Amino acid sequence: MDTFVEQFPVVINALNIGFLQTLKLFFVTLIGALPLGLIISFGSKSKFVPLKLLVRFIIWVVRGTPLMIQLLIIYYFPGLVFHNNVWGSNETGRFIATAIAFIINYSCYFSEIFRGGINGIPVGQDEAGLVLGMTKKEIFFKVKLLQMIKRILPPISNEILTLVKDTSLARIIALQEVIWAGQAFMKGSQGISGEIWPLFFTAIYYLIFNGILTVILGKLEQKLEYFK
Amino acid sequence: MSILDVSHISKSFGNTEVLKDICFSLEESEVLSIIGSSGSGKTTLLRCLNFLETPDSGTITVKSNKIFDAEDLDYLTDANKRKNRLHFGLVFQSFNLFPQYTALENVTLAKELAAKREDNFKENKKAILESIKQEGLDLLAQMGLSDRKDNYPHQLSGGQCQRVAIARALALKPDILCFDEPTSALDPELTGEVLKVIKELAETKMTMIIVTHEMSFAKEVSDKVIFMDDGYVLESGTPDEVFNHPKEDRTIQFLSSFNK
Ligand SMILES: Nc1ncnc2c1ncn2[C@@H]1O[C@H](COP(=O)(O)OP(=O)(O)OP(=O)(O)O)[C@@H](O)[C@H]1O
Ligand SMILES: [Mg+2]
Repeated sequence: MDTFVEQFPVVINALNIGFLQTLKLFFVTLIGALPLGLIISFGSKSKFVPLKLLVRFIIWVVRGTPLMIQLLIIYYFPGLVFHNNVWGSNETGRFIATAIAFIINYSCYFSEIFRGGINGIPVGQDEAGLVLGMTKKEIFFKVKLLQMIKRILPPISNEILTLVKDTSLARIIALQEVIWAGQAFMKGSQGISGEIWPLFFTAIYYLIFNGILTVILGKLEQKLEYFK
Repeated sequence: MSILDVSHISKSFGNTEVLKDICFSLEESEVLSIIGSSGSGKTTLLRCLNFLETPDSGTITVKSNKIFDAEDLDYLTDANKRKNRLHFGLVFQSFNLFPQYTALENVTLAKELAAKREDNFKENKKAILESIKQEGLDLLAQMGLSDRKDNYPHQLSGGQCQRVAIARALALKPDILCFDEPTSALDPELTGEVLKVIKELAETKMTMIIVTHEMSFAKEVSDKVIFMDDGYVLESGTPDEVFNHPKEDRTIQFLSSFNK
């Protein structure tokens, strides 16, 4: 398989499979990190000071160190220190380790955005609800939640677009995502070797996916423009 | 029989005592104006009546029901607080409308949520919501805002926002409606429309407590005036007594600062 025309379908097929893994990591991270981030944001506002300090310390460490190092530690630490590689060495194990590292990392970033979003709503909104006899739950869900979503949507969108690109870090523990799939054709795979264009071509996948997300998130922001 | 009896209310924030042994009462359909310099405790008093602050001592009695007693705070569960504070309505200086709801929705939201909490809501859902909506429309009409019912707060002027806020407070049919400087956040040319609405409410025999710096308005609309100074009720009486024949030096000083 020497000609580009011969190689192209083979490469695309492999990249598609890799990108599916990328997508899976992306969505699993979001589904895990958004709710966990909300819980962490409540912890970081806790009236119980030791809990608040502990949560803020964890957030500081997680945000102050590279995600790649966190991923390496979570993946290799159990095996090196306890001689027990809890993750196993197959693709599923690598995926679970990666997902856990990503969820922890992103939930800390999200929690700071949520905290700002909740704090930014004027107390007058709470008080207006209270004097009208609403319960605290009604005030949160019927009055504050939508205002909070509107406030946090732009910074959350930024994080989401960053997450798309960050998924490539999983390459470091050989998770078979799209970069890994592209790189395979340098070393040799399915009769193609010494080719670097498949690796560069993966950039198109990120671009297209980020483009789609940008449009969707922009539409959402537009939808919330009806109030100020 | 008074509709409201406030007896020996005091309130401190940290070491500063902001309300000191406040006592007054109010008859049904009366309008009470509270005047006094900045920091004298007027807002704090209204917030105590509306359960946004908890007084350190004293009692509040509405229609012969003791709804607050500082000696018996166990009784003050969240649910009781919610029930009792509905004797009062509060109109804020800064409106505090809900930005994501239209004028009409702002007026009806709390009523709808209250209806949903009732057991019989599901069976009569449509009729209940329809009647709440009709009441909301009537209130907006009363405020002269029928044509603004579908506008969001950011599309309304300050005066219109404040009138929506008044309609919102009226929707829950409070026994006593409180206003905290309802025109202070407005441009001077917009205060008139809000004061007019409040005057009309007085004519409908609504019982009201109005904290205000609009002295001529207070003189005209009130049955009773309280002058607060440094957390005390320093002087109280009819508008004629307080405005034309004040007894205390502090009152005279305060009033003269408005006549310059
Ligand atoms: N939550 C609070 N914590 C601490 N101090 C407070 C609090 N709320 C009010 N105060 C203080 O209580 C005093 C009375 O405040 P309040 O707002 O009741 O005065 P006011 O008569 O409404 O004044 P203004 O005319 O400026 O509105 C002020 O000295 C204020 O700083
Ligand atoms: Mg005040």
